[in-house]
Order: sequence, then C-alpha cells, then structure tokens
Amino acid sequence: MTKPLLKVEGLKKYFPIKGGVFGKVVGQVKAVDDVSFEVMEGEILGIVGESGCGKSTTGKTLLRLVEPTEGNIFFNDESITELSDEKMRLLRRDMQIIFQDPYASLNPRHTVEKIIGEPLLVHGMKSAQARKERVKQLLEVVGLSAYHASRYPHQFSGGQRQRIGIARALANNPKLIICDEPVSALDVSVQSQILNLMEELRDQFNLTYVFIAHDLSVVKHISDRVGVMYLGRMVELANKDALYDTPKHPYTQALLSAVPLPDPDDKQDRIILQGDVPSPANPPTGCAFHTRCPYVMDVCKAVRPEWKEVSEDHFAACHLYNDNDQSEEQQKPLMQVES
Amino acid sequence: MSKRVLDINELHTHFFTDKGEIPAVDGVSLNVSEGEIVGVVGESGSGKSVTSLSVMQLIPNPPGKIVSGEIMFKGRDLVQTSLKQMKKIRGNEIAMIFQEPMTSLNPLFTIGNQLIEAIRIHNKMGKGEARQKAVELLEQVGIPRANDIVDEYPHQLSGGMRQRVMIAMAMSCRPDLLIADEPTTALDVTIQAQILDLMRQLNRDLNMAILLITHDLGVIAEICDRVVVMYAGQVVEEGTTREILKDPQQPYTKGLIRSLPDMKAKNQKLYSIPGTVPKPKVDMVGCRFAPRCEYAFDRCFAESPPLYHIGDNRTSRCFLNERDQREVASHDETVIKG
Ligand SMILES: Nc1ncnc2c1ncn2[C@@H]1O[C@H](COP(=O)(O)OP(=O)(O)OP(=O)(O)O)[C@@H](O)[C@H]1O
Ligand SMILES: Nc1ncnc2c1ncn2[C@@H]1O[C@H](COP(=O)(O)OP(=O)(O)O)[C@@H](O)[C@H]1O
Ligand code: SF4
Ligand code: SF4
Ligand SMILES: [Mg+2]
Ligand SMILES: [Mg+2]
Repeated sequence: MTKPLLKVEGLKKYFPIKGGVFGKVVGQVKAVDDVSFEVMEGEILGIVGESGCGKSTTGKTLLRLVEPTEGNIFFNDESITELSDEKMRLLRRDMQIIFQDPYASLNPRHTVEKIIGEPLLVHGMKSAQARKERVKQLLEVVGLSAYHASRYPHQFSGGQRQRIGIARALANNPKLIICDEPVSALDVSVQSQILNLMEELRDQFNLTYVFIAHDLSVVKHISDRVGVMYLGRMVELANKDALYDTPKHPYTQALLSAVPLPDPDDKQDRIILQGDVPSPANPPTGCAFHTRCPYVMDVCKAVRPEWKEVSEDHFAACHLYNDNDQSEEQQKPLMQVES
Repeated sequence: MSKRVLDINELHTHFFTDKGEIPAVDGVSLNVSEGEIVGVVGESGSGKSVTSLSVMQLIPNPPGKIVSGEIMFKGRDLVQTSLKQMKKIRGNEIAMIFQEPMTSLNPLFTIGNQLIEAIRIHNKMGKGEARQKAVELLEQVGIPRANDIVDEYPHQLSGGMRQRVMIAMAMSCRPDLLIADEPTTALDVTIQAQILDLMRQLNRDLNMAILLITHDLGVIAEICDRVVVMYAGQVVEEGTTREILKDPQQPYTKGLIRSLPDMKAKNQKLYSIPGTVPKPKVDMVGCRFAPRCEYAFDRCFAESPPLYHIGDNRTSRCFLNERDQREVASHDETVIKG
C-alpha cells in the first residue's frame, strides 16, 4: 500500500463579507467548510461539484496560495500550515498548480522560454544555458517543439497554451500538481489530447494529481478516486467505479443522473432537483443539501451529518447512513415538501 | 410530413476585417420543421452563432454581411426582409435565447417590467392584465415565488432563474421557432437538467420548433430529433440524433464522438484528433478536415468535397461517401406504391 502524500484534516476557509461605510465584517462566505481527505502517492484524486462549491478554494489552500482559516495540511507527513513563507516557497517546488484559463496565467509580454524558465531561476538554476536546455526538454515532453521557445502566448492555440502551463508546472520536477479545471476551456477534440498528455506525464514522472473539474465524465476518466463537494463540504468520496456505479449520497445520485450522455439509448430517469444551490454565505442548517434533497428527514434540518466510512473505502456525510441517531421509521425516505 | 418552419439554403455570412475576409458561415443549409428540435453541434469558431444571428438578421454590419443564400421562414426570405418587418418577426414569430441571459436582460428594470413590455408588444392588454400574464408565465417556467420575483431585478436572480425568465419572455409571444444558442452552457449540470426538461415540455405542449446550438453531444442526445454537425464554417454531416451518434459517416464527426470520455466505460484510452480546428479563410483548398484526417488521400488536399446526400435529411461531406450518394426525393415527386 502506498502512503498518503497529502493529508487534509478539517480544512476551512471563510472569506469575510464586508459591508457598510466602515467596511465592517458583516458575515462570512464559507467557501470550504470542514473538509478532510488524503491523496496517495501516484494517485489522481478527482474533485467535482457545481460552481461555487469550493473546489478552487480547496485547491488554492492546499498550496497556501489562500491561507486556510482552520485545519491541517500535511505534505509528506510534514504539517505545512505553520511553515514560514520562506519554507513554504521552497516547498512549492514540489507542489505545483495549473489553471483553467492558460491565457490568463501566462504573462503575455514574456516569451515561452522566459515563462517556463522563470520557476527554474527562482529555484536556483542560475545558468542561462542550463535553463535553455531544460526549457527545450520540457517543451518536447509536453508535445511542443524547441522552436516554440521564442514565441509569445498569443501565438498559440488554447490547447498549446495549456501545454505551456503544464511545462512550467513540470519545470522543477514536482511531486504533486493541483489541476484546477485544466481542460474546461478547451474544445472536445483538444481536451482529449491534454487528458492523454496528463496521464502519460503522471506515469512517466510518478506524479500525483488533485484534479478539479465540473465535468463528471472527464473526472471519471482520469481519476482513481473521486470526491464530491456541495456548498463547501465534501459529501462523498470513493473509488471512482464505486462512486459512479453505486453513489451513496443523494446529491451525488442527483448530480450523476443529471449528466446528459451522448447515447440515444441511454434514457435513464433523471432526478431533477428543485431549486438552486443556496448561498455559501448563508448555508442551510444541518445538512447543507436538505433544501433540495428528495430524502430529507427532520434530523437533516437540525444536525450536520457526520463524515464517515459507510462501506469499505467509501465515505459519505448523510443521515441515511447513520444508524445511531435514526430509528427505522425515520430512515424511510420522505417525499420532498418544499420546492 | 410536417411543415418546414425554417429552411436555410447555401448561406454565406462573411466578416470583412483588417486581417482580411473571414467566411464564418460558408454555404450552410439546414431546415427545421414544425414540432422538431434540431441541434447544431460544433467546436468553438465553427460558425454556429453566426448562423443563428444570420437568421435573426443580427449580424453586426460592419464588419459582417450575409453575402449570399436564402433563409426561408414560413415562406418568406428573411435575407430580403426589411429591417422594419424583421423587428416584428423577432421576439414574435422567432424568439432567441443566449448563453448568458444577463446580457439580454436590462439590469435597470424589474423582471416584471421587461416581461410586461414584451407581452404588450405582442398582445393588446392593459398593464394589470399583462402583469397577471407575466406571473403566469413565470410560474409556467417553474420560477418559485413568481409573485415576488416579478418585482425583482435581474441581478437578484441566479443564472438558472435568469435563463427561465428569458424562456418565459420567448414564450410570451408563442413563437413558431425558438433559437437557443448554448442555453445551458453557463449553467451547472443539475440546473441544465431543469432547463432542458423545460424546453422539451415547451416543444411538446406548444409544438414549438427549436433550433438548439450547443457544443455538447450529451445535450444533443438528450433532446434533439436531428443534428447538423459544423466544422470550420460548413455543415459536414447531418442526420437523426441516432444516426449521428451511432453511425457517424464523416471522419470529423467520428473523431469527435470517439474523443468524448465515456462516463459508463472503465479505464480506456481516449481517442484524440491531432491538431486544432482551422480558422476559416477564403480560398481554402481541399477538405477543411484533411490536415487532421486519418483517412485523407491525395484528392482531399486538392479538391473540396461537396455535401453528399446519402439519405433523406442525411448528408456527409466526405469523398468516402461519394458512392453512397442518393438522388434526393423532391417534395412533389409522386410516390409509386410497390
Ligand atoms: N464580429 C466578428 N468579427 C470578426 N469575426 C467574427 C465576428 N464574429 C464571429 N467571427 C468569426 O466567425 C467565426 C465563427 O464564429 P462563431 O461565433 O459563429 O463561432 P461559434 O461556433 O459560435 O463558436 P463558440 O462555440 O465559441 O461560440 C470565428 O472564426 C469568429 O472568429
Ligand atoms: N476572494 C474571495 N472573496 C470572497 N469570496 C470568495 C473568494 N474566493 C472565493 N469566494 C467564494 O467562495 C465560494 C467558493 O469559490 P470557488 O472555490 O472559487 O468555487 P469553484 O468551485 O467554482 O471553484 C464561492 O461562493 C465564491 O464566491
Ligand atoms: S443528510 Fe438528509 S438531507 Fe442530507 S443528503 Fe442525507 S438524507 Fe438528504
Ligand atoms: S474528404 Fe478526405 S480529408 Fe475530408 S473527411 Fe473525407 S477522407 Fe477525410
Ligand atoms: Mg473554480
Ligand atoms: Mg457561439
């Protein structure tokens, strides 16, 4: 059994909401609200969920690009939440991030050589010649050519720019890459090229990914295990086949059934959820999903369900799987009352 | 056979920019009949939106212009229709909804104001009656608390609710044709399911013809009867949803379908089409897909393949389909019973 490379315990990130003339804090957006998970060495952990559920914030707090409000993050058994800025900077060699919009994350005035070479310089590769060689090598690794080094970002297509972003992330041989919607902005035919590249690189360099996306079929394809978030919370986490074949949490069930499949013979009954996702500034009490859940029970409105292992290696937070606080009677799914 | 509502023939819409002429829509033909949902699918830049804006006569001019072709709508050519006439048709006989509903709602007016105005343009009604109608429409598209929402401003609603308001507005005039350009692309998947469900209901209950533009083949499979596939400004294949998804003919369509990660499959390597979509240019020689096509042969680089009719409303733009060509049955042809 491989060991966890990354371990997250009770992670929270609350953003203050300021209001009034004096900019006083009038509330908090609970972007990430008590999330725990582990990522094994060499594994791809997918994180899915609808917009605003806290995927990107989770990704950024893992690298402390956003400071967590509470909780612990261990990288290689070392707690990184208390590290000094300087130590954290050194650690970022091993932990990289790539973003959805490769254009916005590449400096338009710099050549590709400078863009990819910068992290090399920052981490001590002083010789310009050595950097040039390494950039050439990296470009080839991601399927571009050495002659691309002297060009500027606007001279590339979206897919090529994502390749540049990946080359930059790979520059210092990281162990972990947080991938935040890396293929969401790409067309289908280019998306599959980048997904294949990312899989090859994982195998070639023994990388570990946290792969964030909202597209459930993309996440299923690339991940080993998948976690589902809703309103800042992790609601379910399991091996991908278990999660997609036998989802336990009512939200995961609804989410999966809502995905239209490109197959005219797939006429599964959709669970059409009522209403919108509530605001993370004012999440519902108890289970955050209770305002939309077809199985809502009284207890769901009052008590936040515990995050627990409901079957082997399959985690969920839902009162339906909590035998302690429920009598048989109450466990029966009720019809939804509110709309 | 049901009546054709829309019949686009050989449409050419070009943009004249400092960097030259861009044939964004380069000879597109497609049709939609009463009660039908026809999908237009293609990657970004393939000309989907320019096609739909051409139908509405909303191409910004300059730099854009319909260079040739006809757009027959209920027996009249919209290309030849005066702007004044067009204004009457828009939002009355043809309604359109876009990807980002915020840009098509006025942020300064309440939902009710905008709906009431739309209703009163098309129906002779007093304000009170129109307001009542507005609330009814909001209820029909599944807006909760319609009586309150009617007095709220667009920014107070979520993306899904705004798209419902746009659909309510489109319905206020019971159009013969609804053009929906990526109506669910900006929405989350659970909200998308709600909106698609609503569109299907409208199509069934009002027999409304819908031209649905999307890049998502899942959305196509979900609600379309027929599909038109576009690539670099041209139609490359057309067929029923089943024919396109289960038996694609043109190599680009085939590759596109194979590139999709399959949510039901276990660990398989993804197919990928090499290279990227070309930008449309005038004087392109050969098949536009040739540089990326695994079946390409000499002729593909020298000549452009025509759109071969290989069945009723079934076409493919590929030399490999030349032998499958059929005479297209014309409508007045007498059917000989055997
Ligand atoms: N106002 C304009 N001026 C110049 N070129 C334009 C203009 N609008 C569109 N084009 C060009 O026309 C082509 C087709 O654009 P269109 O917006 O129809 O693509 P699309 O299929 O809708 O793409 P997407 O899925 O990204 O919306 C593109 O090459 C685009 O750059
Ligand atoms: N800097 C910030 N200030 C205030 N709120 C924020 C900030 N960043 C994110 N949020 C809020 O946190 C929630 C989660 O955001 P994010 O993690 O970006 O979601 P997504 O899953 O789309 O990536 C959202 O409600 C968002 O508006
Ligand atoms: S805890 Fe209750 S409301 Fe939440 S998902 Fe489970 S059954 Fe539904
Ligand atoms: S015409 Fe030739 S290049 Fe074009 S799709 Fe057919 S085989 Fe491929
Ligand atoms: Mg995000
Ligand atoms: Mg478009």
